[in-house]
Amino acid sequence: MGDINTAMTEQYRNNFLKEVEANVEEGQWVKMCMQCGVCSGSCPLGPAWEHPPQEIFMMIRAGRRDEVLKSESMWMCTSCYNCIVRCPRELPITHIMHGLANYAHRLGLAPKMNPTRRFAKMFWNNLTKSGRVNEIELSVGLYFMDGFKTGIARAWAMKDIGIGMLKTGRLNPFGFVTHKGCKDKKGIHKMLKKAREIEDRRKGFAA
Amino acid sequence: MADMKIGAYVCQGCGLGERLDTKALALVAQKDGKAHIVREHEFLCNGQGLEMIQKDIAEGVNRVVIGACSRRAKAEAFSFENVAVSRVNLREQVIWSQPATEEARELTQEMAADYMRMGCAEAKKVSAPIPNPEHGTDRRILVVGGGVTGMTAALEAARAGYDVLLVEKTGALGGFMARLHKRVPYREPFADPQATGVEGLAAAVMKDPHITVFLSSTTTRTSGAPGRFSVDITTESGQTRTENVGAIVMASGFTPYDAGKLPEFGYGKSPNVVDQAGLEALARDAAVKGEPMRRPSDGQEIKSVVFVQCAGQRDATGTHLKYCSGHCCNTSIKQAMYFKEQNPDIDTAIIYTDLRTPGNGEDFYRSAQRKGVIFTKGKVASVEAGGSGPLSVHFHDLILDDKAATMKDVDLVVLATGQVPNSGVNIDVPVGAEDIDAGKPAEQAVSVLNLTYRQGPDVPQLRYGFTDSHFICFPYETRRTGIYTAGPVRRPMDIAQAVEDATGAALKAIQSAENASLGRAAHPRSGDLSYPSFRREGCTQCKRCTVECPFGAIDEDEQRYPQFNEGRCRRCGTCMGACPVRVISFENYSVDSVGSQIKAVDVPDEFSEKPRILLLACENDAYPALDMAGVSGHTSSAFIRTIPVRCLGSVNMIWITDALNSGYDGVMLMGCRHGDEYQCHFVKGSELANYRMSKIDDTLKNLNLEKDRVRVLEVAIADIGRVPELINDYAAKIKEIGMSPFKGF
Repeated sequence: MGDINTAMTEQYRNNFLKEVEANVEEGQWVKMCMQCGVCSGSCPLGPAWEHPPQEIFMMIRAGRRDEVLKSESMWMCTSCYNCIVRCPRELPITHIMHGLANYAHRLGLAPKMNPTRRFAKMFWNNLTKSGRVNEIELSVGLYFMDGFKTGIARAWAMKDIGIGMLKTGRLNPFGFVTHKGCKDKKGIHKMLKKAREIEDRRKGFAA
Repeated sequence: MADMKIGAYVCQGCGLGERLDTKALALVAQKDGKAHIVREHEFLCNGQGLEMIQKDIAEGVNRVVIGACSRRAKAEAFSFENVAVSRVNLREQVIWSQPATEEARELTQEMAADYMRMGCAEAKKVSAPIPNPEHGTDRRILVVGGGVTGMTAALEAARAGYDVLLVEKTGALGGFMARLHKRVPYREPFADPQATGVEGLAAAVMKDPHITVFLSSTTTRTSGAPGRFSVDITTESGQTRTENVGAIVMASGFTPYDAGKLPEFGYGKSPNVVDQAGLEALARDAAVKGEPMRRPSDGQEIKSVVFVQCAGQRDATGTHLKYCSGHCCNTSIKQAMYFKEQNPDIDTAIIYTDLRTPGNGEDFYRSAQRKGVIFTKGKVASVEAGGSGPLSVHFHDLILDDKAATMKDVDLVVLATGQVPNSGVNIDVPVGAEDIDAGKPAEQAVSVLNLTYRQGPDVPQLRYGFTDSHFICFPYETRRTGIYTAGPVRRPMDIAQAVEDATGAALKAIQSAENASLGRAAHPRSGDLSYPSFRREGCTQCKRCTVECPFGAIDEDEQRYPQFNEGRCRRCGTCMGACPVRVISFENYSVDSVGSQIKAVDVPDEFSEKPRILLLACENDAYPALDMAGVSGHTSSAFIRTIPVRCLGSVNMIWITDALNSGYDGVMLMGCRHGDEYQCHFVKGSELANYRMSKIDDTLKNLNLEKDRVRVLEVAIADIGRVPELINDYAAKIKEIGMSPFKGF
């Protein structure tokens, strides 16, 4: 983690806004928010957010760096795109939320036990390993991520759907062994490594 | 006019022939109405019908009664030179307001017959108006105020070919505009502040051969009326010259609200707290020196600026301005851009509660956001000013609901304080009383126009000191005919709006001077030639007309009799309604012309079960609504007899007592809304009528009649479906309380 993580941010000065503009995907849009609140009103999960998007944007302008980056809020986004469609200022709100979540994660400030973050990590690792998602490994991993007992309970609850999928050939129970991944895995790994290097350099993350 | 010869005509077109016995109506006109010539025609408004009437006029008919459609239809076809015309509304308010059934036929016919009688009765009491003999013919335009509004008004009037006198109090043209560094953009792409262009405007005014400019001068006396105003223009050194003008545009502008009344925001405690005007001065100084703006206290570099919106505005506590000045959001955006232009790294925050950017300000707002101006929704509680050091702004962040939010280390705070109109003396405030709107004692106000009018030296104010008469329906109009206000003295506004306002006011002034030179009325009875006159012998000098005239048209002569200034009159007839001895009348509208219509109605006896209800309807809103109700097929009681009045203010109490005395069972009055959200075309007419009617209970008590015998209602022009309901409700009420005991006396 770089010095940026520990930098002091003054309240209601533009430091954090500038940081977001430089490092967060679509972050340059944050200043364009006119605080109408349509995004917050449109979000199907609105009541579940600690800070709806409108507030997140204000908090960024108010320089509340820690509060924003440690928040669970951005992780609540399900990418339904209601807010993007409705925003009168045409802010790509969904993308900004994901951008903020990603930035917080890269800084190590994102809440460690947030289920969305954990699933996202699992998905990414699963995907990048072979270049193609191993479905059975991902679902089993998801069910059992909180331990064996809860894993069994979750799998049992889903058994009817699982059996149905097996019968119709939508789920390969032998995927653990037969999953092949895509061609040229090495090439993909190389490409992702390079992309990571470029991003780290640009955003000032230590490698 | 010599011999009165009435010609009555009954039309059979538009279904009138089928629904009514027009022959019987013609007979009524002849027998009861004493018409000399009576004719029916199957299509009165066509060439043949009109030719028939013209022929009769040529043979001596000088009063024409038209029994056909509403006076609002075919007005041009049925206007004949030098002949008084009475329109009998048989179409909209008789056959179209009654069901087309065989059972209804009798009552419909009775209604039509009464209206014919009323038309003939009116015809006997009116004559075609001749223009006001005292009209003036001066067409020059006086513009008071040399700011952007005044200069634009002068240029627009000059371009239209009128000579203009422009009076400016200070030694130079430009007004507030000359104090600005730059202005809010008025052209595409509305992204950056633009040059004001004030020098070019002033040069154009000075150069224009039609415009005479009086600098360092004020208007010290204004008398007369449209077309013949006499104005004393006095210079600072005391030299006075008298000029005659036809109309006046008052563009006296505004003064910024005194930021000294806002000590909680640190104004006066630190030189680093300025108002918007103060910031313009800073920016201009810096531009002249070619240097960046610096902190006023110590000349240090500015790193952070905070703009406080609505400072002393939109105040609900009653301490400061109650209203929004409209321009300040855009102005603060503009001023924030001054700093972004200087150095994009200067933090500029605008703290607002509701950002309002009229015109093309929304684009300007976006442009500011792109430049990095930060907008924070919040309410500023205080500005902490520690001597010459940096400031702290304490506010309630309304998005994060943080009551203790603070912006620290602020170098400069700009207060958006709003506009106070320079409207002169509030003539509605008694001497010695506090003028709450102006926030200062009334006697401190200095008159702008110094009118010699009996009602006071300046234009009446509508609200918060602004000299308008109605923001939406009739802009520029004031309650002083021929005097039009424009710019921020009329309502709060920015430069772009002031330019538009000035153009409108200049055109209104030209219209007024032209109308006056022909002896005609101005808005809203534009083109009306009639004017009030009074019978001096009967006048008791009670002064009610001079006090109540909404337009200050009536002064007093040396013998204390009312002196009508016809040019100032709007012809509403409020004076006529006010006069307790009924000596005021118009040639085509008088106490007698309406009174005789009331008496012409045939009132059936107590046992007929046919009540008669008189409806006095304002011709501006209620009467058109009644017409349109008929057009839309709404039916209503057949016992109604409607007489249009110019304004409820012209209703004289004698009409009501006469109606009740002669056996009417009820009287309805329909006028426009009054009070703060008034819709009266004559501003105070319906209000005065309502005040007068509030005393009707005593009259009813004296007559031993029920309170419900008189009902006053507010009707808007769009109340098409509501008007028949009101009539039917009232007819039902009359049925409930029973017939009047005054029949047959």
